[in-house]
Formats: sequence, structure tokens, C-alpha cells
Amino acid sequence: MNAPVLAVSNLAKHYRRGGQPFPAVDDVSFSIGPAETLALAGPSGSGKSTIARLVLRLIEPDVGRVEFEGADFLALSGAALRARRARFQMVFQDPLSAFNPRATVARVLDDPLRIHGLASRTERPRRIAALLERVGLEAGLAVRAIHEISGGQRQRVAIARAIATRPSLIVLDEAVSALDVSVRGQILKLLLDLQRQERIAYLFISHDLGVIRAVAHRVVILDAGRIAESGEARAVIANPQSAIGKALVAATPRLNRTRP
Amino acid sequence: MSRLWRFFRTPEAIAGALILALLVAMAVAAPLIFPGDPQAIAGPALLPPFQDWSLPLGTDRLGRDVTAELFHGARTSLAVGLAAAAAALFIGAVVGTLAGFAGGLVDEVLMRVTDAFQTVPSFLLALAFVSIVGPSLGVVVGAIALGAWTGPARVARAEVLSIRERDYVAGARVIGMYPLEIAFREVLPNALPPVLALSSVIVAAAILTEAALSFLGLGDPNRVTWGGMIAEGRAVLRTAPFLSIVPGIALVLTVLGVYLAGEGVVESSAVRRSLS
Ligand SMILES: Nc1ncnc2c1ncn2[C@@H]1O[C@H](COP(=O)(O)OP(=O)(O)O)[C@@H](O)[C@H]1O
Ligand SMILES: [Mg+2]
Repeated sequence: MNAPVLAVSNLAKHYRRGGQPFPAVDDVSFSIGPAETLALAGPSGSGKSTIARLVLRLIEPDVGRVEFEGADFLALSGAALRARRARFQMVFQDPLSAFNPRATVARVLDDPLRIHGLASRTERPRRIAALLERVGLEAGLAVRAIHEISGGQRQRVAIARAIATRPSLIVLDEAVSALDVSVRGQILKLLLDLQRQERIAYLFISHDLGVIRAVAHRVVILDAGRIAESGEARAVIANPQSAIGKALVAATPRLNRTRP
Repeated sequence: MSRLWRFFRTPEAIAGALILALLVAMAVAAPLIFPGDPQAIAGPALLPPFQDWSLPLGTDRLGRDVTAELFHGARTSLAVGLAAAAAALFIGAVVGTLAGFAGGLVDEVLMRVTDAFQTVPSFLLALAFVSIVGPSLGVVVGAIALGAWTGPARVARAEVLSIRERDYVAGARVIGMYPLEIAFREVLPNALPPVLALSSVIVAAAILTEAALSFLGLGDPNRVTWGGMIAEGRAVLRTAPFLSIVPGIALVLTVLGVYLAGEGVVESSAVRRSLS
């Protein structure tokens, strides 16, 4: 097997609740290979978003190791960290709150190109148009304000922004959960196409096992910050071993109906 | 358009807007209607108002035209009020944004400094500053701003504290944006509405402070100010009270107008909503 894009080991983060420290993430280890989709599943509050924020260095872990593209990601800081972020992107759940409310589509896509020096000022409008077309949007959308376009279009813009810097890994934190079912299918298809063509790995966070079975290669099921079980996605969903895995499968009616 | 409509729905806002419009008209028209030096002698001393229609508000102790002084005083009041408020809002927004966004030691230090400035009464601060540096328009503006930026700083900081937890700030970090750019380009503009809602109170207070400084003889000596006119009139308060009353009324109306119009703007805009 290829060297993993992301290797996380013994990650832990404690918060305080009512004066008592409690583990939001507790001794979590996993790895993601190139062009692989690893799903993080689990009920609300099980620590999925905290893991996303930890591996992306939006918050710092208490203990643990995060290796990205073979290098210690936790050892980076300042300009070196900012430069490395080009390869490690994220798409958020709510495509409206994920953007500056004053931004236009063009500005949202211009930022990564400018910050990482990927295109000159005169070249960037063309690159922005290409990015929009890449995610199935019209180039003319660039002039619109973020709040003027639909939720599905916004999530496509978010994906365009994430792929602008040619990352090897994108964290998708409930990236399709807020979308209508029909739009959700289109976005999932776009993600799969991008993965195939650009060999991007996904850390795909969702509480919906139906969606996970459709897109993920492997799944990690979390319960109260700890890994309850993990394995090949279809196998785990077809025959969960842990109590939380069984409960999640039972709570997803679409799975029960389609199961033989 | 609908916002303008909403603004003019309350009678207070209309009154405020009318007073402000009159004030601005006076300030703009002053050099056109009264092109000469307003501090030059224009007629006999202590002419009462409404006697001579070329000098409608009469003359002061030295025979200077009170009407011309009033118009030129509006210019000073407005200029100082707006400039001082703009400076205070700018300093406050920058300090508050840095403190709220950086957190930790930077926040601690900046907020201690803010506390210190807030503890000293702003008028004493302005008085001390002008006494030390010397009276000129720029110094007066700076002195007033020095005592007025702490309110905007606190409001900006509180707003930034809530904004910095939003996803789009995390998103800006993920694409590798430089922290200062995140603070001033992503966060600050979105923290501004509640800060700007303070501007009417700050402009009104700045105009009053300028008048008080001038009253104490610490205004720019080369400019006519309403505070200076009131102080001038004090010497002949018994025989010619209008010399103090006329600029006094102008001052009260102006402060009232600024305040009412400001409230109207806040009321009619989304600012009120984002404040609650
Ligand atoms: N900044 C924080 N301070 C305190 N507790 C937090 C914080 N962030 C998350 N938590 C807690 O950590 C746990 C995991 O949260 P989260 O990772 O958001 O879960 P999920 O994304 O799986 O729903 C929850 O109990 C949540 O309340
Ligand atoms: Mg979450």
C-alpha cells in the first residue's frame, strides 16, 4: 500500500464541562491513503468535528501525533504551516456561514490563488472561471455575492475553493448534510469525480450511514470521543459489531430497507 | 430606498435630520455668505439682535457680526465633531479587533490600557492633552478622540469575540490567510455595525467637549467656536445675554439633532437587529 496521506495516532483533546475535564476526543488513531475516502461516523457530540479541527490545526491537541504527507504536521508553525495548508483543505457543513457574508464568489476563489501565489493578478480571473466550470457552475457566477446564490451552488463554490490549491486531502465536515436530497446526490457525484480525476483523499464526516456507504471506502465509528469500531465501510454497515454501530444502522431506515 | 423610507417614519428622526441639514448648510455656506474674516469688526459694539437687518443677530463686545460667527462656528463644531468621532471609531475598532482576535497577552495588555483610559474622565484627559501640546484644531481633535475611543473598542472586541468563532474565520485559516489579514479584512468589517451605532453619541459628545474646551480658552484661537462665543458673552451676561444664549441654543440644537438623527439611522437599519 502507498504511504498514507494522513496518519493520526493517539489523538486526544479534553474540554471542561461543569468544572470537570471530559474527553471530547480520546486516544483516536487512523490513517488515510491517497485517493481514499475515510468516513468518520458517530452520533452528535461524539467528537467528529473536534477531530476535524484537530487534524487541521484549528485547535491544538492535548496529546497525539498528526502526520501529513509523511511529515509531522503538529511541528509546523507560522509561514511554514500556512504554506502547507494548500495541500490540506476543508469544506464546512453550512455553506452560508463558511463564507464571509460580504464576499463575492470571485473573491472567495481569488483568496487561495493569491495567498499561495498560484496565479498572477491578471491570470486569476481566468483561473477562477476554470474552477467554477470544474465544479459544474457557470463562470458568470463569479460576480455574484455569496448570499445571492443557492445552497447547492454555494457548496460547489466551497469545493472549488478547496480544490483551488490542488490539495491531497480534503476534510468534509457534514458537507452534504444541510443540502436537499437531490442536490446532495449531485454534490456527492462531483466529489467522487474529483477524487477519481485528481486523486484527492477525503476525511468524510457524516452521521448518515447511507451517504457513507455510497462514498466511503472505510469507516471509523466514534462513540463519546473513542473509536468504537472501524473497517471496510460496506462490511461494517452490513454487520456492525459495536453497540453504537448497531444503533446507528438501526436509526438509518434506508439501509434497513435495502438490506437483503 | 425602503431604508430611507423607514428612517423618515419617526418624527424624531425627521427633526434630527432637519437640524443636521440646517447645520451642514450653515457650515457649507459660511464662507460664501460671510466671505470675510468672521473675527473682523463689522459694526458698532453690542448691537442687540433684530435691530439692523444687515447684522440680524447683532454684534458682540468688539462689534463682530454674531451671525457670521455663528455660521463659521457651525463649521468648526461640525468639523471637530466629525473628525474626532471618526478618529475615535477608527482607533477603537482597530484596538478592539486586535484585542478580540489575538486573545491572550495582547488582549490582556490592550484591555488594561483601555481600562486606564476609561478610568480618567475624558474631559480631564482632553484638558490635560491640550494644555500640554497647545491649542490647535488638530490637537483638539486628537484630545477628544483620546477620551472617546474606549467605548468603540469594547463594543468591537465583544463583536470580534463572537465572529472569530464562525466557520468563515476557520475557513480563512485553512486557506492559509495571514492572521492580520483575517483580523482586518474578514473580521473587522463584519464587526463594524454595532460600533458605528455609537457614532451619533460620540459626535454629540465630541461637539460638546470641543465647546467646553473653547469655553475654557483652550480651543484653536484662530477659529470662531460656539464655546468661545459663549465664553466671550459671559463678560456682558447681564447687559447682553443674547451673546451667550444664541450660540448656546445652537449648541443644544446641534447635539440634539445629531443624537436624534443617529437614533433614527440605528432604528431604521439592520444595526438594531444585530445589536440584540
Ligand atoms: N470549544 C468547546 N468547548 C467545550 N466543549 C466542546 C467544545 N467543542 C466541542 N465540545 C464538546 O465536545 C464534544 C464533541 O463535539 P463535536 O466534536 O462537535 O461533536 P460532533 O461533531 O461529533 O457532533 C461535545 O460534547 C461538545 O459539546
Ligand atoms: Mg459536528
